[in-house]
Amino acid sequence: MLNKFPLWKNLLILFVVSFGFIYSAPNFYPADAAVQLSGQSGSMIIDESVLAKVESALDEANIEHFSGEADGESALVRITDKNLQLRAKDVIQAEMGGDYIVALNLAPTTPDWLSSLGGTPMKLGLDLSGGVHFLLEVDLDSAVIVRLEGDLQDIKTSLREERVRYRSFDLKGTQIVGQFRDIEQVAKAKSIIRANYRDLQIQSIPGQNPLSMVLNLSEVATSLLEDNALKQNLTSLRNRVNELGVSEPLVSRQGKNRIVVELPGIQDTAEAKRIIGKTANLEFRLESQGKGGERFAFRNPRGQGPDAMLEKKAVITGENVTDARASFDENGRPQVNITLDSKGGWQMGHATRDNIGRRLGVLFIEYKTKLEKSLNEQGEMLIAPVAFVEKHIISLATVQAQLGKQFRITGLDGQRESSELALLLRAGALAAPMYIVEERTIGPSLGADNIDMGVKSVTVGMVLVLLFMVVIYRAFGLAANVALVMNLLLLVAFMSLLGATLTLPGIAGIVLTVGMAVDANVLIFSRIREERKSGATVQSAISAGYDRAFVSILDANITTLIVALILFIIGSGPVQGFAVTLSIGILTSMFTSIVMTRGLVNLVVGGRKIEKLWI
Amino acid sequence: MTQLKIYDFMGIRKYAVVLSVLLLSLSVWSLSSQGLVLGLDFSGGTQIEVGYEQPADVSELREKLESAGFENPVVVHFGSDTDVLIRLQGEPDEKIAEQIVQVLQSEDQSIDLRRVDFVGPQIGEELREDGGLGMLTALVVVMFYVAIRFQLKFSIGAVLALTHDVIITLGIFSLVRLEFDLTVLAAVLAVVGYSLNDTIVVSDRIRENFRKIRKASPIEVINESLSQTLWRTINTSVTTMLVLLALFFIGGELIHNFAIALMIGVGIGTYSSIYVAATVMLALNVGREDLIEAVEGELVDDLP
Repeated sequence: MLNKFPLWKNLLILFVVSFGFIYSAPNFYPADAAVQLSGQSGSMIIDESVLAKVESALDEANIEHFSGEADGESALVRITDKNLQLRAKDVIQAEMGGDYIVALNLAPTTPDWLSSLGGTPMKLGLDLSGGVHFLLEVDLDSAVIVRLEGDLQDIKTSLREERVRYRSFDLKGTQIVGQFRDIEQVAKAKSIIRANYRDLQIQSIPGQNPLSMVLNLSEVATSLLEDNALKQNLTSLRNRVNELGVSEPLVSRQGKNRIVVELPGIQDTAEAKRIIGKTANLEFRLESQGKGGERFAFRNPRGQGPDAMLEKKAVITGENVTDARASFDENGRPQVNITLDSKGGWQMGHATRDNIGRRLGVLFIEYKTKLEKSLNEQGEMLIAPVAFVEKHIISLATVQAQLGKQFRITGLDGQRESSELALLLRAGALAAPMYIVEERTIGPSLGADNIDMGVKSVTVGMVLVLLFMVVIYRAFGLAANVALVMNLLLLVAFMSLLGATLTLPGIAGIVLTVGMAVDANVLIFSRIREERKSGATVQSAISAGYDRAFVSILDANITTLIVALILFIIGSGPVQGFAVTLSIGILTSMFTSIVMTRGLVNLVVGGRKIEKLWI
Repeated sequence: MTQLKIYDFMGIRKYAVVLSVLLLSLSVWSLSSQGLVLGLDFSGGTQIEVGYEQPADVSELREKLESAGFENPVVVHFGSDTDVLIRLQGEPDEKIAEQIVQVLQSEDQSIDLRRVDFVGPQIGEELREDGGLGMLTALVVVMFYVAIRFQLKFSIGAVLALTHDVIITLGIFSLVRLEFDLTVLAAVLAVVGYSLNDTIVVSDRIRENFRKIRKASPIEVINESLSQTLWRTINTSVTTMLVLLALFFIGGELIHNFAIALMIGVGIGTYSSIYVAATVMLALNVGREDLIEAVEGELVDDLP
């Protein structure tokens, strides 16, 4: 029959509507201001007893709180009055001390039944929540250069050992260039290099000087090196960011050589920058033999447990460590394999040659900050970050033989210890320098303003469009309005489910979608009006209107979708967010404005004898 | 039943060509001679937004910054006279925001540091390249799609209409010295989407009418198609404009330019979907034969 939907189509609409309501719902529960507590190291247990301590401190300070929870790794307390959140943080930090990280947080209030269905609210972008955004660029060329410098020294040594004479061997940019006096020596050098340095490629360009030799790091080796450098920097950045006590930090790779760090809620950029730019370092020192030396704690920086005296002079530092990996020895016991650059290898060999049997310590040096309590003249409690250097021994092992470029540390307690030591050794060795290429700080007041204005403009724009549609298309306008509101809900639902982050351009995208989503309905309704004018009956006019308009709508939306897709592929950050919103909006609006309005119209008009259409 | 009124849109297409050519040459002239006022996103540099409790005197602040050793600071009100935006070009150093706050705070007014943006010059350059590349790719892919879905003449019309809209939107931004930042880029790309939407709907109708109406000149067919879609074109533009007005007036300073770019784009896009695409198609001698699939029955039908 004309203008009647089969049951399955009606059910589908019902299903989509309930989907939209359920998954957009979490966004309408305002989040609670909360304070989150976690430990400086992963091994600290934060349980009910810690929570009780936090809660009693808050009670003492007259800060109302509710539904505190602790899961062993962290604790969360919600604060009734949002304005007291900062003070609550200070109170808790003062009570618990520097071993704990106290962070401001916004705790979602999604009801259990919603979260059990997988419903979560949208995350707010930095422009809405306030916070700091850094874009760091990793200087990969310098990682390559460091590596080539090492190779250069080694090549010179091996050529000398093999009695191959060369005029010069230098590093030029990211190439090693050698000059020779006769062809014979060039050929000899080439065969030595081919045999021993597989990662190096000998460049051969027609017409190049036969007495010179140009070496490049092979593409495979370069990309492996760069990849490792970036991963290592990423790891150490994550470790550092965790110290800042941010509830939901984001540290991720962007493109080939960049790292994005986003710290919602952080206001003190200087502090954040210092921590991000902070370097840990390593020193290999021999154990001192009585006279002189410094005493350091072993493994435990806080002074309990065993310690050892080390010489004041370092044999090598972390800069000389090019790699460290955990593995197992012949007997299946854990060990750490360390690779040094050639300078480090030479120094290590020199230092250990005469010191077999002595113990060699690895000293881990960290530049950290801690929060210190103090009272000012007015007797107010001040908590300020204080920089300090922390040094402790992470490994102390007996030298069994003269060490060279590659050696291993054995006698470790277990696999966990070996992988942790390897990580610390690698973290100490900076893979490649990083520098900040973009930095954005958004104050919390601005973030709140942005949300406020965004919500307001969406509401006002929406109301204007709703009114306009009712005035122009009357009853059909109402159907379109239902579809429009549903479209907004569906858009929010999908964005929440996809874990999309809501930003200011994203809101603009939503607003634009609202404006453009009615287009399909305008097309359909204009078509129905036309059909009526040319004399079609009510039922056939509706049917023809929908059918004819469909082709135009499809063509128009597919082309817009193509544009959105290209935006997403080529754009970055804000442009991508905009593209995501636009694409989802196009898809949901096709459904709501074609299928849903048709369902409504069919429900009211379908199958009845009607002479006049309110359109 | 009343018959639809047919407007003679194409009758005045000569004037439309003159208008478009005028707007285009003005835009191209402005873009090539003075370029766009690039926002921080594209130019690189440092930008700081501070909020004062009382209205702030911008020229006084500028002098203060200059005497503190900052070179050519740009100091402007941002949204209200208590909000001030300071921009510094060139390679920034680590503590610039703190230094500026110190300089500004030396008076007894307390200030609120609302936003600090620093963008390295290489990022800006990349963005410019990516943005341009995105635009070109979008145009090529769209041209390809329309050529397959419709016909090459339609495709040329649609892409020229798009290019027309983008160049004029950028041109107006350049002429009135409005700042071009990332949100404006997003807006221009949205204009591409919107204008395309409009043009496709009109083209769709033209295609349909070429197949349906047999004894009419291309000009008549196009006039009829444009008249049929006129209300739809106007109504959609109105709803979009309503929303954009809401954004413009209450969306806040950060998306002000976004709203302006879209308003210009939607206006130009509406005009171009009526005049530019159709005029180009006429100039290319579009006709029935471009759209008729070679079906035998139809050939017989055409005999006198």
